Formats: sequence, C-alpha cells, structure tokens
Amino acid sequence: MYKYIIRRILVFIPMLFALTVMVFALAQAAPGDPFTGRMLDPTVNPEVYQQQREALGLNDPYPVQYMNWMKNILQGDFGNSIYYNGRSVLELISQRFANTLYLGLFSLTITLVVSIPIGIYSAKKPYSILDYATTGFGFLGLAIPNFFFGLIAIYIFAIHFGWFPSQGTVSSNDVTGFAELIDRLHHLVLPGITLGLAGTATYMRYMRSEVLDVLGSDYIRTAKAKGMSSNNVLYKHTLRNALIPIITLMGIEFGVLVSGAVITEQVFNFPGLGTLFLQSITNRDYPVIMSINLLFGVFILVGNLLADIFYCVVDPRIRYD
Amino acid sequence: MTNPAVLSVEDLKTYFYLENSNIAKAVDRVNFSIHPGETVALVGESGSGKSITSLSIMQLIDKPGKIVNGSIQLEGRELVQLSNRKMTKIRGKEVGMIFQEPMTALNPVYTIGNQIIEVLRKHKKISKKDARKQAIELLKTVGFPRAEATMKEYPHQLSGGMRQRVMIAIAISCEPKLLIADEPTTALDVTIQAQILDLINEMKKKFNMAVLLITHDLGVVAEYADRVLVMYGGQIVEQGTKRQLFKSAKHPYTNGLLESLPSLDQSSDRLGTIKGTVPAADNFPEGCRFSTRCPHVMEKCIKTNPDILSDDSGHGVRCFLYEEEEK
Ligand SMILES: Nc1ncnc2c1ncn2[C@@H]1O[C@H](COP(=O)(O)OP(=O)(O)O)[C@@H](O)[C@H]1O
Ligand SMILES: [Mg+2]
Repeated sequence: MYKYIIRRILVFIPMLFALTVMVFALAQAAPGDPFTGRMLDPTVNPEVYQQQREALGLNDPYPVQYMNWMKNILQGDFGNSIYYNGRSVLELISQRFANTLYLGLFSLTITLVVSIPIGIYSAKKPYSILDYATTGFGFLGLAIPNFFFGLIAIYIFAIHFGWFPSQGTVSSNDVTGFAELIDRLHHLVLPGITLGLAGTATYMRYMRSEVLDVLGSDYIRTAKAKGMSSNNVLYKHTLRNALIPIITLMGIEFGVLVSGAVITEQVFNFPGLGTLFLQSITNRDYPVIMSINLLFGVFILVGNLLADIFYCVVDPRIRYD
Repeated sequence: MTNPAVLSVEDLKTYFYLENSNIAKAVDRVNFSIHPGETVALVGESGSGKSITSLSIMQLIDKPGKIVNGSIQLEGRELVQLSNRKMTKIRGKEVGMIFQEPMTALNPVYTIGNQIIEVLRKHKKISKKDARKQAIELLKTVGFPRAEATMKEYPHQLSGGMRQRVMIAIAISCEPKLLIADEPTTALDVTIQAQILDLINEMKKKFNMAVLLITHDLGVVAEYADRVLVMYGGQIVEQGTKRQLFKSAKHPYTNGLLESLPSLDQSSDRLGTIKGTVPAADNFPEGCRFSTRCPHVMEKCIKTNPDILSDDSGHGVRCFLYEEEEK
C-alpha cells in the first residue's frame, strides 16, 4: 500500500510543476498588464510606467520571470497585489481561502449526508415512488443553474421566510465562541446547499446505480446463500463495494467545489476566493489571479491524490498489486 | 430408499414474468428427492433451468421470478413461503451452496478469513476467537496448508481453484445436510476440476451430506453421481440411477447427450449432436418441449406434453415412446 501511495505522490510532483507552468503561461498570454487602461493620465510621463514595469520585473524574459516567481512561492511569498496598493497576496487570500474552504467542506458534507442514504434507499426499492421522486429531483438539480437556484433560495428562505441570512459569513463581529460557530454555520446553509446541489443530484444517481449494480453481483448472491441478513448484505457486503467509485468522484468533486464556488459566492456576496478572483480579473491584478489559479489547481490535484489514497484504502485489489 | 429424504421437491414451478408480459417457465413441474449421503446429478444444456432449480431451493429467486407453485421440503420442513428471516437461518447452515464462478463469488474487499468467520458466527453463535480457530481448521480441511496466512489474504490473491476451495469451506462450514454445487468446475482448468470434485466428494462422505451436483458434463456424472436427473426446458425428462442412465437411457434427449460424449470403446469417428437449439423459456412448444429437436417426434408429441412415468426400479422418462411399455 505504501508503495502505491508513494508512487502516486511522485506522480503528483510533476503534475504540480506542470500546473505552475500553465498558470504562469496563462497569465503571460492574457493581454495587457496592470497598467493597461490607466495610462490615460496625461500628466504622467510614459517613462515612469516603463520604470515601474522594469522595477516589477515585467520586462525580463519569461523563463527568468517564471524562475523568480517560483523562487518566491517556494519561500511562501506570493507577491503583492498591484490593485490593493501592494498588500501581500498571502494576507489578501488567507481569510477568504478559509471561508471558501469552510463553504466547500460544509457543502460536501450536506451533499454526502443527503445523497448517499437516498441513493441506497432508491436502490433498495427501485421503481418505487420515492425512487421516481428522487430521480425527478436529480434531473432538476442538474438542470438548474447554480445562480438561479441561489436566487430562488434567497427569495424564499431569506426574504420570504427570513430563516437564513442571504449574504456574508457572520452577522456581526461581536459574537464569539459557540455562538459564532452557530452563526457561521447559519450563514453557510443557503450557499452550501446551492453549491452542493448538482453534486447531490449526481451522487444520488451514482450511488443508486452502484448499489443496484453491486446487489446483482455474484458475491452478493454468495452472501445471501451464506444466510447473511438483509442488513448485513446491504451494509457490509454491498456498501463498501458501492462506495469505491463514489470515493473517486468525491476527490474530484472536492477540488471542483472549491474552485466552482465562484458563481455561488457571487450570488451570496460571500467573501471567499471566488469573489476575490472575479474582482482581480476585472482589475487585472495578476499576482492575485495567479495565486488563486494556483490554489484552485492545487486543490484539484490534492483532491485527486486524496481520492486515490482512499481508493487504495478501501479496495484491496489496488493495495496489493 | 427407506430413510427419509433430506430434500424433496414436489411439483415446483418457478416462472419469470418478463417485461413483454411473456412468462418464462424456467422450472415447470419438477419433482425429485435427495437422500442422506447421496449425490444426485442434475444435467442438461445451458438454459434448461438447473440454476433456477437450485436457487428455488435456497429461496433466492429475485423479481421478476417467482415460485408459483410446489413444495420444497428440507427434512420435512416446508421452505416455500418461509419468511426471509427464517430462511437466513437455513441458508448456509442447513444448506450450503457453491457456485459456478469462483472468480466473482467472493467479496473482493474482505479477507478470506473475514468471509469464513462471518458465516460461522452467524450460525453457530460462537466467539470471534473460536470462529477464527474453526475457520483455520476448515481451510486446512479443504487443502490450504498455510491456512493462517490464507486467512489474511484477499480473494484476488488466490487462483480460481483456490477460491473454489474457499467457497467449499464456506459451504460446509456449518455441516449442512444438503450441499448444492452449481457447475462448481465449469469455470476451472480441466486439471483442477477433478481435484475440486474429489474434495466435494470427500466432504460429502465426511459429513454424510446429500449433494445436488449440477453439471452439463456427463463425464462428471459418470464419476461422481449416484442418481441422475436429466433436465430439458424446465422439466425433468428422465431420471434414474447412474447405471440406468448410462446403460439403458430411454429419452431421445438423454440419448442425444450420450451420443455427443466421446467414447473409447466405440469406433465411431463422428460425435453425435442434437440438432437445433433449446427453445427460449418463454416460448416452449405446446406439446413435448423436446419435440422441436426430437428425431422420433410423433404427431401427439406436438400437441401434448407427456407426463413422466416411472417403472418399478424408479427409472422415469417423459416420453410417449415408452407410454405403452409402462401400462
Ligand atoms: N432473471 C431472469 N429473467 C428472466 N428469465 C430468466 C432469468 N433467469 C433465468 N431465466 C430463464 O430461466 C431459464 C433457465 O435458466 P438457468 O436455470 O440459469 O439455466 P441453467 O440450466 O443453464 O442453469 C433461462 O433460459 C431463462 O430463460
Ligand atoms: Mg446455470
């Protein structure tokens, strides 16, 4: 097993390298620089802009720029925001990153808690009313765009009923301790559900078909022929096998959740990476864009790595090759 | 056969209600019984209803299939209509079963030990430690010299023959009265087949089990069976002792099967074959099910399905050719 995991981590390193090259190349390929659109001020001598560019290293050859960038990143220096008057990117990102991470984890938890039991239940009673209902919900969940669902959720649950807040992460900075935790969770409910909607629908369908598939397999017939109870057959023999592909999906989903929160965060005015990302694009704040891009990429890679490791833990066939 | 039967199946009908509203009569009015220490072979081409017969005994017929009629008694206890809860106390304990595909019959994510201990603990209500000890003993009995190590292994680490040995260990773990082996060697190498069948035979003697051996290989029948049931189109078309079947087979289908067997003492240079294919279970002919392929087909065979009639020695045949003889 360790061999497999080590091998998998070794593959992770070149992928990470490729990611940094891509993030860098994309930023270079994008037209304009932080000064584009601001050179209109006729009182400023264009020479000054050139000096600024020179000072920022923007005139160096690309490989040199890349090496400098990487060197800094490896030392934990993600550069300074150009737009936010030179504040450090790390400082700018870290709180928002935490917010996005909580949102992602919260959403994933809701997704799993809802979708897996429903998936199992529909597989246990295929073609029952509940099965049809969840199938219908599943298609709806996949078909409705996130932002639209978010707006409807705000309208119904925040404005009409007033059950949940519609924006932000906390009501005020005064609450602390346990009350703060509850307050934060309260704020996560609507964006969390919105973000997890498509995932919930997907997992539900996936779980259903996996469980049905496994229930029809030979080893399940063996378990029944051994006299195992229906619960044992379902929860011991079926579930673990049915979860194997779900775990893979989950790793990928986790990366997607974090990076895919851009639109949801926008709808709920949620101070996460996604909103910062959009702002930075409008402002052509390249150091911030590159860092967020890198972070999203790393998340997807780490999600995949985790999925592979979990996969190897639950499936002995992978563990012992 | 004065001692009571371990298993007696009477007038069993297991039908599948297909989506196109056809009914597949996979098992149709089947009667037979098995006595302690006896190996009864159930032979027939693929699709003739052998597996469905065995799964009916286990009460493991899933939708769209259903046992629509008949009685299955295990030592006098009726199994048809028994609740699933009660059946779980019989499956694996009173009746053990081995399947055709050892490669997929074991759960890939649990160790061999786990899968044997589980069945022991379920039926014997013993501690984990005792179950472990017994599991190791069982593995040794079925031919694993390094049983302790095997306990920790996963199915994919074993060969097909070894996995089938594990299946045998599981099936006999609670010393069942009846062992059902559904084509236990069909998926295995020829060299391993005899080892597995010998092991089953050895276990049968050790525990004085009754064995229902399902096969389509008459060579296996000749070697291991005491009595034979020949199945065609969901029905038993001939039954008798092994001797009766090999020396004086009556049914044209049995004769066809025998002719397709390569034999040493006959110098025929061509194997006989039965022309045509088995009709689908939802599309049997109205009369005798074999009438579409029978070389001796008569007019009445097409209209009516003959009953199975037995002579005094218990040799039974479902064929109009022998109708007069019996009367
Ligand atoms: N799940 C099913 N759905 C519909 N028909 C089935 C099903 N399982 C078996 N049958 C029918 O039962 C017949 C007998 O099958 P089976 O007992 O598996 O044959 P075999 O003698 O090869 O073991 C098949 O030809 C098929 O028509
Ligand atoms: Mg079969």
